[in-house]
Amino acid sequence: MNSNPTDLTLHEWSDLIQKREVSSTDVVRSLLARIQEKESKIHAYIRFDEKAALEKAGHLDNIPTESRKGILWGLPISNKDIICVKGVETTCASKILSGYIPPYNATVVEKLNGAGAILFGNTNMDEFAMGSSTETSAYGVTRNPWDLERIPGGSSGGSAAAVAAGEAIAALGTDTGGSIRQPAALSGCVGLKPTYGRVSRYGLIAFASSLDQIGPITQDVEDTALILQVIAGHDPKDSTSLDIPVPDYRSTMKKGVKGLKIGLPKEYFIEGMDVEVKQSIDDAVKVLSGLGAEFVSCQLPHTNYAVATYYILATAQASSNLARYDGVQYGFRAKQFSSLVDLYFQTRGEGFGEEVKRRIILGTYALSSGYYDAYYLKAQKVRTLIKNDFDKVFDHCDAVLTPTSPSCAFKIGEKMNDPLKMYLSDIFTISANLAGIPGISIPCGFSKEGLPIGLQILGKHFDEATILKVAYAFEQATEFHKKRPDVRRAEGSKL
Amino acid sequence: MLYETVIGLEVHVQLKTASKLFCGCSTQFGALPNTQVCPVCLGFPGTLPVLNEKALTYAVMTGLALGSEIAKESKFDRKNYFYPDLPKAYQISQYDKPICVGGEVPVDIDGIKKSIRLTRIHLEEDAGKLVHFTRDSGVDYNRGGVPLVEIVSEPDLRSPKEAYEYLRSLKSILEYLDVSDCNMEEGSLRCDANVSLRPVGTEAFGTKAEIKNLNSFRNVEKAIIYEIERQKKILEDGGRIIQETRLWDQDQSLTRSMRSKEEAHDYRYFPEPDLVAISIPLEKIEFLKKNLPELPHIRCDRFMKEYGLSQYDAEVLTAEKNLADFFEKGAHCSKNAKALGNWIMGDLMRELKLKNLNISQSPVSVDALIELVELIEVGKISGKMAKDVFMNMFGEGQSPKDIVQSKGLSQLSDASELESVVKKVIQENPKSVEDYRSGKKNAITYLVGQVMKVTKGRANPKLVNELLEKEL
Ligand SMILES: [Zn+2]
Repeated sequence: MNSNPTDLTLHEWSDLIQKREVSSTDVVRSLLARIQEKESKIHAYIRFDEKAALEKAGHLDNIPTESRKGILWGLPISNKDIICVKGVETTCASKILSGYIPPYNATVVEKLNGAGAILFGNTNMDEFAMGSSTETSAYGVTRNPWDLERIPGGSSGGSAAAVAAGEAIAALGTDTGGSIRQPAALSGCVGLKPTYGRVSRYGLIAFASSLDQIGPITQDVEDTALILQVIAGHDPKDSTSLDIPVPDYRSTMKKGVKGLKIGLPKEYFIEGMDVEVKQSIDDAVKVLSGLGAEFVSCQLPHTNYAVATYYILATAQASSNLARYDGVQYGFRAKQFSSLVDLYFQTRGEGFGEEVKRRIILGTYALSSGYYDAYYLKAQKVRTLIKNDFDKVFDHCDAVLTPTSPSCAFKIGEKMNDPLKMYLSDIFTISANLAGIPGISIPCGFSKEGLPIGLQILGKHFDEATILKVAYAFEQATEFHKKRPDVRRAEGSKL
Repeated sequence: MLYETVIGLEVHVQLKTASKLFCGCSTQFGALPNTQVCPVCLGFPGTLPVLNEKALTYAVMTGLALGSEIAKESKFDRKNYFYPDLPKAYQISQYDKPICVGGEVPVDIDGIKKSIRLTRIHLEEDAGKLVHFTRDSGVDYNRGGVPLVEIVSEPDLRSPKEAYEYLRSLKSILEYLDVSDCNMEEGSLRCDANVSLRPVGTEAFGTKAEIKNLNSFRNVEKAIIYEIERQKKILEDGGRIIQETRLWDQDQSLTRSMRSKEEAHDYRYFPEPDLVAISIPLEKIEFLKKNLPELPHIRCDRFMKEYGLSQYDAEVLTAEKNLADFFEKGAHCSKNAKALGNWIMGDLMRELKLKNLNISQSPVSVDALIELVELIEVGKISGKMAKDVFMNMFGEGQSPKDIVQSKGLSQLSDASELESVVKKVIQENPKSVEDYRSGKKNAITYLVGQVMKVTKGRANPKLVNELLEKEL
């Protein structure tokens, strides 16, 4: 266990600021010191603005206590490089958006600003959130603070690594097929994907519009509840965000799991799963049972089709969402081209990385005339079946418990040349995106090699309160979330 | 071989909303390039569309007026293609679930009433506009995101004339609904025509050509006439029509090939995931149905009944809503609505046309016209004098009474005043008097004319006649 002050959680820092024991400037300085120490090894950030953060902190510090309103007053929150902050270069870790500076704030950014937070730095990610390892970033790989030879997960790998290494107090991530939960699991953090429609997508640069969702990556469950509280809610700028009351997560999550019925889907406990992962999940079930939760076996029979369905829907939508990067309006434009069509070819050819191109081609194919019915339409139908599976389970269960990832963090480069293998690392998280339900990943153990293992809890639509309750109860009963990686030791091991 | 023409029209109509279809930007015409844009209509990364309720309402009204079925559930789709004027590289349109299905447009072709069936009416956003300079090109996105309804007809039209009348009828209905300005110069009404030929008596459709860029009703007619001749010639020479898109070249009065089917786009339509499905509450549809304004053909029938107009007159007066409103405002309080109608259709419309004005810019108010008609009715001025008075009204905008008074134009209807003139004329024209008395009753016309001449046209001709007969 580590007692370094820079490992304080968001709510711990918040308490100190409220009591005026520290200033926002102190928090930012402490964060910058940690970054100074570790960033060269981790590469969690694509860019951050020291000066701007200190200025904002100084400004917030000067506001008298009685005028302070936000529950995140003076606290720096790191931002994934896919969420628009006015005036801050935002690139989705892609060359094609290099130099692009959004002229507006994402709704979540507006809300965080409104709560007194300081949007700090843009974290690294897989290009356009396409990947599960943060290796497809045009800005280089992010390393897992627990083992610098390993990936931190993806696509929100920068956010997860930053939080794990103490380079961020908390961060925003986005989750299209598991991109918050999987890196949180592989980096030993807490990561929540809210219900689709719970958090506004306005200002989130789209990958797959019907699956994308913004959520927090934090050190503990309470921090996740704190951020969700701020960013959740209906937004008139996002027609797909729903107007459903936001409960007080921080108080409801503390009510215990006694009497809760939790489903264990048999399709998720299959052959080929890492033994250590399996063991940790079994242990977690025991812990929660001990706290009064009741476990039942359940079925999600269409789980097998989730990955295929996901890759059709997600790539099809991505092919359309990414078509606007053509070198005409903003971002990167190829230097040489001979005609309009050539401008498109050259710009997109040079601007996009390999994985993005692979998915655009896949998606374009799935939508092209003659194939739509066989792929996109069929995938939509399977998606409905997957949704129905969950609806049936939630008829008699309050939550569903699964591993977050079938294995611990893999080595850098290990799956880069095998896209299918890479796609399978999201096998446990994808269904939640297809069903639109909320899911959280929390640390639940460590492998013999000292790598974190994640536990996933899935809930009913708009019932983040229940999964937070389960997560919080487990966290209070265990110590996994308190363990911090020793980046120096990790470095000493092999690099 | 004899060929039959088969025509279907796709009409794009800009809805008269203050803001765009998916953002709050203004739709005002004529602003400086790219001054009416925002991150949403520029398709900036991360932005999302939000449907303009007013545009939806207008689309539903259009469907209701044209007898379409309003879809219980409708949705938007993305139509994907690359072009610099399309900021997102897709257009948000409607593919398989349009807001309105079916419907019809009433058409009157030389007195024969016909009904042209509609396939569908759907909502979509407009694209921007490319502007070409000597070396480079620019894009003006002011139009990008402007709300359009696309009204697609069945291939029910059989001649260029029918196409013309269809457009006229459609435009008139849209104007009555007040959902569009229908201003073709400003691009708020645009038309594409699908034209094909088939041997008379056959059922199967021939291969069609789609003609784009038709920016006036006359051009639609001309382009179709040209296209029929072009296709006929190919068929008669034993050739085959290829399915293609053709552009109407206004300067040379011909259509030219734009792209052939081989290069045809694969639009890769799929449901727009950023917008939820549209379902319009039944009560709203009922409410809109109940509150639809009176439509031109119904108003036409009413005008015939209520004001005793001929079918022709009623049609002319109801073709344009503003004109019908102008007439009806006066007809309500005029004792002679028919005469009022004649003045409007005759002198007023002629003068407006000469000055290139529309009815709402008329310098002559309908009240002034009523006054003019009344002055004639009571015999204060003659019909001939009224023409002069009207010209003065049009030019100077004075009331007819003022003009009559200030110019001393009122008719001489006082017998005692006219008697001396009549006597004088009889004295000075013994030959005509002789003729009349010897039985040539026509000779009196000359004498009347002389009286009119002396009185500078102000004498009441009826009274002059009476006085002359009495004296002779
Ligand atoms: Zn706009």
